[in-house]
Amino acid sequence: MFLAQSSPFLKPELSVSKMMLVVTMLMIPGVLTAIYVFGYGVLVNIILAIIFALTFEAITLYLRRRPIAVYLKDKSALLTAVIIGVALPPLAPWWLTFVGLFFAIVIAKQLYGGLGYNTFNPAMVAYAILLISFPAEMTTYWQTPAMLASQFEGQTLSLLETINFQLFAQLPAGMTIDALTSATPLDIVRTAVLNGSATIDEIHAEGNAFGMLGGIGTEWVNLAFLAGGLFMMRKGLISWHIPISLLATLGFLSLLFGSFELDSNPSPLFHLFSGATMLGAFFIATDPVTASTTPRGRVIYGAGIGALIYIIRTWGGYPDAIAFAVLLMNMCAPLLDYYTQPRVYGHKADERDDEEAS
Amino acid sequence: MPKTEALNTTEEISSTEVKPSFIEEYAPIAKDGLWDNNAVFAQMLGLCPLLAVSNTVINALGLGIATMMVLIISNMSVSLIRNIVRPEIRLPVFVVIIASAVTAIELVMHAWFHELYLVLGIFIPLIVTNCAIIARAEAFASKNTLGKSFFDGLMMGLGFTLVLVALGTMREVIGMGTLFSNAHIMFGNGMQWLTIEVFSDYDGFLLAILPPGAFIGLAFLLAGRNYIKIKQKNKKKRQKQQDLKLEPGIIS
Repeated sequence: MFLAQSSPFLKPELSVSKMMLVVTMLMIPGVLTAIYVFGYGVLVNIILAIIFALTFEAITLYLRRRPIAVYLKDKSALLTAVIIGVALPPLAPWWLTFVGLFFAIVIAKQLYGGLGYNTFNPAMVAYAILLISFPAEMTTYWQTPAMLASQFEGQTLSLLETINFQLFAQLPAGMTIDALTSATPLDIVRTAVLNGSATIDEIHAEGNAFGMLGGIGTEWVNLAFLAGGLFMMRKGLISWHIPISLLATLGFLSLLFGSFELDSNPSPLFHLFSGATMLGAFFIATDPVTASTTPRGRVIYGAGIGALIYIIRTWGGYPDAIAFAVLLMNMCAPLLDYYTQPRVYGHKADERDDEEAS
Repeated sequence: MPKTEALNTTEEISSTEVKPSFIEEYAPIAKDGLWDNNAVFAQMLGLCPLLAVSNTVINALGLGIATMMVLIISNMSVSLIRNIVRPEIRLPVFVVIIASAVTAIELVMHAWFHELYLVLGIFIPLIVTNCAIIARAEAFASKNTLGKSFFDGLMMGLGFTLVLVALGTMREVIGMGTLFSNAHIMFGNGMQWLTIEVFSDYDGFLLAILPPGAFIGLAFLLAGRNYIKIKQKNKKKRQKQQDLKLEPGIIS
């Protein structure tokens, strides 16, 4: 009854390690859907990414003379690896994953001081570097989604054939990479709009880009990630601020511009359920290390990413934009934190020291 | 070539001025320029051209040598006038000297290395803004004799060139899988055989050629240099401790 207890009295519900594991687990529905839609390549990517991530993490920790087991157990490398594995094109050759994980783990994370010190989201640094360095591999190695492959009699690869291609760049006789892959929905729409070769309605009629909600194939992956993300939000693993403001801004901008020129602007639903929107909104932008930490800051942070995604997708040089948008807003996060600090209870919301001085 | 002329004049002067402890006097200058006080590694000067043109070895070598020539000329001129110019107006004078040296080098390159001139483009006139040059004029040449100033310019320039070439090698091998590509624009058409393909069938790693690659490469070079420095420091510390331990033993 008079048991002596010392603080803290409120135990944190989850340790870093457990939280990372739960977040990774919640990605599983999305990952499974991606494997169903894009073939076994996604699975091979993720397994390769995890192997590379843990190896690089262990090597750099050894070089930095840090306890290896302790830091490997925090599982942040695992989460980074899974995100990169899903984000890479499904038929990516093994060295693409290798280079990506090297930049993610060694340069973007460990050289900045390890988990908690990295300014930029490691997975997105890797993705941006790969996209800039190897544009051909990153944009053309997307296997035709399962829904399209059966419809257009495209070829698919078995698990062994996929491994053989990704590790040794060998395709079964008679198959070409062009027959296996197709442009992603976002890419199709972007190219058509930029060239002025087809209107949105014409792409609709062709049936190789639009599904029911968003891009064909990717809409299911997006829905699965949305489910996982909503569950995370309900469990209190992430706050609502970033994902909701991100999706709302993206939806609002696409609605605003989409209502002007219907021929060249796909619907808001297409933007929300294509590419990596849901993965980005729930699993990438909410990274606790690189995102803003105050409630108001998070709303601005999410809105900034949403706006940048729309801007880069529509007028930029790349079909999808999660990586660049997240990296650009990562840079703003410290500034957002500085200007959006909530009022301390009992204090007036007065002006800042530096503003008074000037 | 201005280089050979410069060599001749200084040999005469240095041989008449310093005789007894030639090595003692000049070795520290060499060590300073190449390692201890290296323009890039220690002073972090001249990073703009370093980052901009180090995408191939030949570009790096071209700009490195051009910078070295300017450094030698400006160091020698400043050293010659160091007792005539009043300290109040020394900086404008230095700037005029450096600007004339750069203009001369630019004209030389335009005449004899036209292709290299076109490749390096704006970065040749921009040598004038390389802080390493005015830093040496102010910190060294305005206080030292002609021979020493020449040698300092040579060593500082050499140190800068070596770092530039190291970074250029890194970026070219990783970025394009070749070494000494475009060798003919520097050494003439007879030297095209110099180009080496390090990896055959290499698709290239664009990041290394782009500006971020320069920053990342420079960071790794600096990290490597710091690593060596720390190792040396630790070694010295250990030696000192060993000496201290030995001393009482000798006394008793």
